Amino acid sequence: MLKIENLHARVEDKEILKGLNIEVKPGEVHAIMGPNGSGKSTLASAIAGREEYEVTEGEIALNGEDIRELSPEERAHAGVFLSFQYPVEIPGVTVTNFIKASINESRKAKGLPEMPAKEMLQMIREKSELLEIDRKFLSRSLNEGFSGGEKKRNEIFQMAMLEPKLAILDETDSGLDIDALRIVANGVNKLRSKENAVIVITHYQRLLEYIVPDYVHVLYNGKIVKSGGKELAVELEEKGYDWIK
Amino acid sequence: MQPEPVVVENLFHCKQQKFKGIVMSKYTEDDLKKELETKEYEYGFYTDIESDTFPKGLNEDIVRAISKKKNEPQWMTDWRLEAYRIWEQMDEPEWANIQYKKPDFQEISYYSAPKKADPNKTLDDVDPELLETFKKLGISLEEQKKLSGVAIDIVVDSVSVATTFKKTLSEKGIIFCPISEAIQEHPELVKKYMGTIVPKTDNYYAALNSAVFTDGSFCYIPKGVQCPMELSTYFRINEGGTGQFERTLVIADESSYVSYLEGCTAPARDENQLHAAVVELIALDNAEIKYSTVQNWYPGDSKGKGGVFNFVTKRGLCETNAKISWTQVETGSAITWKYPSCILKGNNAVGEFYSIAVTNNFQQADTGTKMIHLGKNTRSTIISKGISAGKSQNSYRGLVQINSRAEDARNFSQCDSLLMGDQCGAHTFPYIEAKNTTAQIEHEATTSKIGEDQLFYCNQRGIDTEKAIALIVNGFSKEVLNKLPMEFAVEAQKLLEISLEGSVG
Repeated sequence: MLKIENLHARVEDKEILKGLNIEVKPGEVHAIMGPNGSGKSTLASAIAGREEYEVTEGEIALNGEDIRELSPEERAHAGVFLSFQYPVEIPGVTVTNFIKASINESRKAKGLPEMPAKEMLQMIREKSELLEIDRKFLSRSLNEGFSGGEKKRNEIFQMAMLEPKLAILDETDSGLDIDALRIVANGVNKLRSKENAVIVITHYQRLLEYIVPDYVHVLYNGKIVKSGGKELAVELEEKGYDWIK
Repeated sequence: MQPEPVVVENLFHCKQQKFKGIVMSKYTEDDLKKELETKEYEYGFYTDIESDTFPKGLNEDIVRAISKKKNEPQWMTDWRLEAYRIWEQMDEPEWANIQYKKPDFQEISYYSAPKKADPNKTLDDVDPELLETFKKLGISLEEQKKLSGVAIDIVVDSVSVATTFKKTLSEKGIIFCPISEAIQEHPELVKKYMGTIVPKTDNYYAALNSAVFTDGSFCYIPKGVQCPMELSTYFRINEGGTGQFERTLVIADESSYVSYLEGCTAPARDENQLHAAVVELIALDNAEIKYSTVQNWYPGDSKGKGGVFNFVTKRGLCETNAKISWTQVETGSAITWKYPSCILKGNNAVGEFYSIAVTNNFQQADTGTKMIHLGKNTRSTIISKGISAGKSQNSYRGLVQINSRAEDARNFSQCDSLLMGDQCGAHTFPYIEAKNTTAQIEHEATTSKIGEDQLFYCNQRGIDTEKAIALIVNGFSKEVLNKLPMEFAVEAQKLLEISLEGSVG
């Protein structure tokens, strides 16, 4: 699904990723942990194709295709989804309208007609139930005045609607109380399948009790310094990151 | 409008002041420049219709000639001449936040009519080329008639060409016709109301309009009648070097209702075309007038050459329990100078102003409203959305005036500005004069910028930058777009997208 080799990336003049390797296969869940400033969010942005994150060396391949030259929207159309750590507000645009634009733009890119309204409504109903989202929430302006938990739940709701091949959850657990965390994790678990893959970026082991990863990687100073199974997360929680350095 | 700048600052409370991301990415900056150069004005075609145009220049003889050409009664000729003499004594106003080369009023032709036009003709007799023009504008009269139930009066250059649906309306006693026809057929109404809301002496452009107006629309809704369809006027400047001066008069008699739409386009030309209209609305007791405008005059090219100078005076009077609602979407013109206003004379009168003003390239807009509260318990709402892109300047200028006898008057004003790129400007000039201590006045203002974060978020969801901007702008303008009649809202939404194409910020 995703293969990253020797990835070097920088923001402005600062090199942040310094030769990162990772391979994610369909059906797998990978957790990436690491201290602040280790490059976790940079990795997410580099995969999603954010302009300011310049890839200077290395390869990012999605299903065997090099995606480094693709625009962020083309990567999205190819099935990359990023759940933002800080989702932005778009005043006046409802959650429903935004998702509609998002789905239809992706369909257009694939040469498909717009999704019929009935089908869209049906899908919205199913997915909002899955994430225990109040229908009133859907007619509010995107992220405007949302609580931290609502923002994150909205991200996962969009993920559910867009059915991406590769979902990257960037600190989805931050700002969530335990109930919201459980709902979000449940949602993600229900969306797991043999065809798609998930990368969970997190500081804490807490989220990984709910979304159980197949692999855990420790990112430190722009490189993956240790990989292991889910037990690695527990060990990190006990010993802290100093143990890895 | 000459607002006296008495600003009572402590009456403001800005609930929100938002400043969003300022950074622009390199990609969009370059893209912006390229795309702006290639962006063209969609309605910039010229229709080759034989026309009857006066020589350039303005003097009493020209005023008399216009009046004669229109076969007007003596009282009208005298009215015009008086206005001309007033205008001669006046100076062009300079207080607006706009910079331009003043037009040479002797270099303009004050009358231009498509030659084949004849007031007695029916729609079937209208010049086929003119009909073709309307088709290009996307307004097929036949279809309008069948589908939308909109009665439409079209003013090309100076003459009103066709008024559809006249018969259907006349059954209800509604008069909807060119103003030149109203002068002939309904002189008592014209005499009684014309110039009462916008007097000849009101301002420079209103005086000029009063002297030389060539056509426009007239509408009268009798007592207790709810106008069954939207009434619509379409204005188009076609001939080069001409000025267009329409005069619109809408009278809603007691307990009546009318919704009125106004659309404007002009062909692309190198020289600046002058447009100075006057619109007067009269809402008698318990009447309601909803007046919507989509203004898309030629804005000039990407280098700031050409474009329409739009100096408009629009004002309405509300008697007891009456309501006037102005909704405008302003995307065109090189210069916009326009303040649709309400005089809330009667008790419980309501005035509303909903505005979206978009400026791109070198456009300049100084627009807003005046809400004059005279009666008790009068209410006004102002929602202004300014969107600036390119090197444009967009100003909101508004006056809320509470008279000493206006007990319990209320006003709510909200002025939001959206900036794209770092070379444009947004300005807000709110004036508040409160002479009654029971007044409640609220003013909110926000300034935001389409941030790189918002664009990336949309991109990540598969929405490209152009589409993302359209989405964000539509969201920003939604409160006003929602106030437009359905068919108009769709057109307005499309216009917003066209006007901002390539202006990524």
